[in-house]
Amino acid sequence: MALIEKTKVELGKAHPLDKYLRIERIPTLWCPGCGLGVSLAALLKAIDRRVKEGVLDPKKIVFVTGIGCTARTSFYVGFDAAHTLHGRAVAFATGAKLANPKLELIVLGGDGDIAGIGGNHLIHAARRNMDLLVIMNTNFIYAMTGGQLAPTTPPGLYTTTTPQGSREKPMNVIKLLAAFEVNYVARGSSIYPQLLEQYYYKALGMRGFRFIEVVSTCPEVFGRHIGYRDPVTLYDELKKRVKVKTKPSIEESSLDWDRGIIIGEYIVNDYPGYIELIMGGKK
Amino acid sequence: MKRVYTHGNRAIAEAALVAGLKFYAGYPITPTSDIMEYLAEKLPEYGGVMMQFEDELASINAIVGASWAGAKAMTATSGPGFSLMAEGLGLAVITETPIVIAYVMRAGPSTGVPTKSTQADIYQARFVSHGDYIIPVLAPWSVQEAFDLTIKAFNIAEYLRTPVILLSDATLAHLWESAVFRDRGEVEIIDRKKPKVPPEKYKPYEPEEDGIAPMAVFGEGYKVLVESLTHDERGFYIQDTMVQRRMVQRIVGKIIKNIDRVFEYETHYMDNARHAIVSYGTSARSSLAVVRDLREKGIDIGMVRLKTIWPIDEGSLRKTLSGVEKIFVVENNMGKLVWDIQRIMHDKEVIPVSIIDLDLPSPNEILEVINEWL
Ligand SMILES: Cc1ncc(C[n+]2csc(CCOP(=O)(O)OP(=O)(O)O)c2C)c(N)n1
Ligand code: SF4
Repeated sequence: MALIEKTKVELGKAHPLDKYLRIERIPTLWCPGCGLGVSLAALLKAIDRRVKEGVLDPKKIVFVTGIGCTARTSFYVGFDAAHTLHGRAVAFATGAKLANPKLELIVLGGDGDIAGIGGNHLIHAARRNMDLLVIMNTNFIYAMTGGQLAPTTPPGLYTTTTPQGSREKPMNVIKLLAAFEVNYVARGSSIYPQLLEQYYYKALGMRGFRFIEVVSTCPEVFGRHIGYRDPVTLYDELKKRVKVKTKPSIEESSLDWDRGIIIGEYIVNDYPGYIELIMGGKK
Repeated sequence: MKRVYTHGNRAIAEAALVAGLKFYAGYPITPTSDIMEYLAEKLPEYGGVMMQFEDELASINAIVGASWAGAKAMTATSGPGFSLMAEGLGLAVITETPIVIAYVMRAGPSTGVPTKSTQADIYQARFVSHGDYIIPVLAPWSVQEAFDLTIKAFNIAEYLRTPVILLSDATLAHLWESAVFRDRGEVEIIDRKKPKVPPEKYKPYEPEEDGIAPMAVFGEGYKVLVESLTHDERGFYIQDTMVQRRMVQRIVGKIIKNIDRVFEYETHYMDNARHAIVSYGTSARSSLAVVRDLREKGIDIGMVRLKTIWPIDEGSLRKTLSGVEKIFVVENNMGKLVWDIQRIMHDKEVIPVSIIDLDLPSPNEILEVINEWL
């Protein structure tokens, strides 16, 4: 405990991004080797760049999360934050954005949170080109609840709820969202944080609906089920599978653990966001 | 102030505008849809937004989000939609978020009869979400009261930082009456308390002496934490019995402490009454006709009509009913409020007059039961 207290203080002094954290709540509860911290660091760097440019006002940034390991992000960020209900973050954030269009809403969640239980809200926010940045952490499993089948689980995988191996096909959310006129859809990975930061940075300067899937590591739960419990092994295995591509096509977007997962910017548009449409141009 | 001839749903919508509604989210459902249809037209003129969402799950969560973004926010629904809102309502409770839900009852269970009413949902209105809490439930009986109690619902929500339910029904929804609608400036309008301390000192769930915590909203630099997990005054998740108790005590205590602002009832012919009818909402309309009828026949009977059906100020109700012999609880369901009255007035004879009628229990139906006991 004393050690942790000491670490906290030194952390507070050490890092230029500390101003965007609730330092008193660090360390996070995320496991060693979890991709969530890497992804958050990339996001905070992107936010910092946008703040320095004067594009974002930190006071106007609101993190909205549902429930899950990913959703715990709202514990740690030094912005207005809401840790809401499993699946409902997009709906909550939509309400907040419509009530005060000056806010910059950032929604984060696991793939279960965003595309499973919350899938309907995701679809309709995309359909409306609602002015939100939605970040989905794909770790291929329900992590917080201990390893059940997720919408992204690779076929055949043994999870706690598929003891015979999953018979379901993983969900390609990129392709799903391509059905709508949204402004930004990218897939990044915690394996390539610099690229991820670029995607975050770009999305934070845009209007309308923006979606970033982050293919990430969960050594504690997913790793255990797939047989790569050791974080380094899981990292290496994911690295083998993740392929970077500039301007990938939607046809290449399938989430295929065996044949590889292509990351890159899939959709870039600049349609007016919902807010502009209803407010007659004032954002 | 204007004299109007209109129906219950319109009264709710008009009152919401007067109360300062800025964000409405909903999903169409009979018999409430005309509330959102009317607001779709009017709310933008008042600087607000009406949004039709993909379902009731989204609607309730969106109004909680909007409230935290600083807007007075509401939704309206009936039984099936309210069932879907259960979890979101709990979120409003634990995060102490002011929201108003106009719950226009229709007949159930399940899809039931969408266009017709009963009063079967009074427990669902109180207790639909899990956990410990008290949510105020107000039940108008007339178009006038649909207007007045909607304003009261917003005032209580904002003052106590709590969800409030305005419980109407399909009968009142489209019942036409004349009423007087007051404007802003002619009625008391309450807005939530703002923090008086700088952001570093602010704790979103730290109550002041009145039991209520000031509410900073998004975008003001307070770094508020909206937390659905059990939390301390800062909004930090803490798994601890004392924190759990303190939080529940705060959520429940602020309502109890301010029960005078919440609980309201009225009496008819209760001076020296020998017997009393207790009723609420639209079935109290028929009950009053019954009271008048019996009075004409020389029977000393009065009526107590609850405007607030939850929480009930039991002491004050006991006092009002202490002098009577028999108490008849008239309601349009299998007998629900009667459980409360039997408990509160346990030393009296409390007789359920539970009449399920898709239109309204008629005075004759009520009389038939009461006559057996007199
Ligand atoms: C309505 C509801 N159902 C179920 C749960 C239990 N639950 C909590 S998190 C979770 C899934 C976690 O997986 P994911 O959303 O992918 O996030 P991760 O933990 O992997 O980041 C579930 C099922 C809940 N909190 N609420
Ligand atoms: S269980 Fe998995 S997703 Fe959750 S913190 Fe641990 S490694 Fe990360």
